[in-house]
Amino acid sequence: MIAAEGLVKSFDGVKAVRGIALRAEDGAITGLLGPNGAGKSTTLRMLCTVLAPDAGEAWIDGTHTARDPLEARRRIGVLTHDSGLYPHLTARENILYFAELHGMARAARERRADELIDWLEMGAFAGRRAKGYSQGQRIKTALARALVHSPRNVLLDEPTNGLDVMAVRNLRVLLRRLRDAGHCVLFSSHVMQEVSALCDVVVVLARGSVVARGTPEELRISTGCDSLEDAFVKLIGTDEGLG
Amino acid sequence: MAGRRGIGAIATVWRKEVRESLRDRRTLISALLFGPLFGPLILAASLQFLVHRTVEEADQRLVLAVRYAERAPNLIAWLEARNVAVTRVALDDAATRRAVQDRAYPLVLSIPADFGTRLAAARPAPLQLYSDASAGRTDRDGARARALIAQYGAGIGRLRLLARGVDPLLQMPIVVQEIDVSTPQSRSVTVLGMLSYLVLLAMILGGLYLAIDATAGERERHSLEPLLTTPVPREQLIYGKILASATFMLLSLTLTVIACAIALRFVDLENFGMTARLDAGVVAKIILATAPLALAAAGLMTVVASFTRSYREAQTWLGIVMLVPTLPIVFVGLADLQPSLGLMAVPSLSQHFLITTLLRGEAISPLYALVSVASSLALGAALAFVAGRLYRRESLLG
Repeated sequence: MIAAEGLVKSFDGVKAVRGIALRAEDGAITGLLGPNGAGKSTTLRMLCTVLAPDAGEAWIDGTHTARDPLEARRRIGVLTHDSGLYPHLTARENILYFAELHGMARAARERRADELIDWLEMGAFAGRRAKGYSQGQRIKTALARALVHSPRNVLLDEPTNGLDVMAVRNLRVLLRRLRDAGHCVLFSSHVMQEVSALCDVVVVLARGSVVARGTPEELRISTGCDSLEDAFVKLIGTDEGLG
Repeated sequence: MAGRRGIGAIATVWRKEVRESLRDRRTLISALLFGPLFGPLILAASLQFLVHRTVEEADQRLVLAVRYAERAPNLIAWLEARNVAVTRVALDDAATRRAVQDRAYPLVLSIPADFGTRLAAARPAPLQLYSDASAGRTDRDGARARALIAQYGAGIGRLRLLARGVDPLLQMPIVVQEIDVSTPQSRSVTVLGMLSYLVLLAMILGGLYLAIDATAGERERHSLEPLLTTPVPREQLIYGKILASATFMLLSLTLTVIACAIALRFVDLENFGMTARLDAGVVAKIILATAPLALAAAGLMTVVASFTRSYREAQTWLGIVMLVPTLPIVFVGLADLQPSLGLMAVPSLSQHFLITTLLRGEAISPLYALVSVASSLALGAALAFVAGRLYRRESLLG
């Protein structure tokens, strides 16, 4: 479970996030939807302790992110905006490196890597160096790396960026499987269809603030719109930056 | 528990950085090829050149063109007996100047018409020597020619004094006796001073690309952010990277010193009146004496790379910064400093002193060695600490 209250973050005097509060439950997919520059990435970075908030607090499974960042990090798996693989390592070695950084024992690391490679159907390329991977292969490897320590909470920053249609479908299936296994899945996107197809709960961000939250159905009804897209445009007051 | 995990995480990062670099051609070339191959080649080639030139100069016949040689047959015969190649030429003054300028005849001796009569009258007899002082080589030959002629003149002078019943020794109130205490080994040190410079440079180059790759490169490839979401304190991540860079520096250092020792076997230093002690024991000691500097060098490279925003920027900066540790050696060469306890506390300078002492075949003072090791490691620890602080900055992600 992920919770945040009153998160604020500025960069060089420019306010990127102005007091965001949110909750992402276990066994549910929560979507952070907003146009580019709404503060989605900054919010996720504060939740995964890479950035420290100027004000406000966040908890991962009740662990305070500022007071015990190492424990908070043990409870999250993060797929960052860019997959950021090590090009000279194979997918398997990329996964094992993170398992080792999480302090897992050798036998457990090997077992878990095999499990993930199998689960994500990476067998065909897991032994090859990451240098020439397709975008889909990169995302799978990065996802396996994020899940290697079996975190309860999974945060994904625009995971479908640059993926082709098949890869996006595969990723959706994976995220649903994670939810059904009881994980708390929080992901950001500026793509409407993705959010409406996948999310149990949507948090709509605009200009660094939460402007609405609810199920896709609730949002549609509360704005009196026929489609989620119209509801979204109405909520953020512009269709600028929408995919 | 936290401490043990910490060391574990540092080792994990170290292993991964070393493994990745062993697969990276650029890092491998700079660590295993540049220093260890080109270092000794440069050293051997420049030494061979020096040795040859010195040997050649002593043996080479002095070539001297002479105008009106028939006016001083005794002098010419005397010169020819002393291995001077005399060429008789018939040129006027203008043509002679041109010939010297064009190097057709780099040195021309001209004998005036009254040379014989003045000599016979015991009056100073003039000789004209044309040379080009702006040409290095001719200038040295000119000095040799002047010395020979002066020697000939001095001989005549002594004979004149004897003929008048005066002891020629009266003319020599003082005689300077030069006592050269240099041994073949100590003479070679001046030439081999560049060895420590080369060794240091090769060592730093060995870990340079790893330091860039592990910091600026990691940020540019966007693998830094996922790394920062793992439950490892940031300074432990950077400690692992510094140690990995230092490891490659040690690898390059070892290979370079061994390669230099092998290369020097092919340079005939004995021709030069020199011997260089570079047997296995000295090689091992040079490596051990220089090794403590690797941590400081890796720390310095990492700190500078942490400030840069891209791989290219890091490359540019480190290309300049890698010369910093060699500056004290250049300085000591210019200022002609001798080892002292205070100077042994200066990292890189102390390694230079230790290396030259070893090359001289002299014993190293244990106190000096201790001060050198301690000061180098302390600087390395301080730089690692600074790098750790830099890694805690938020602007790190750029």
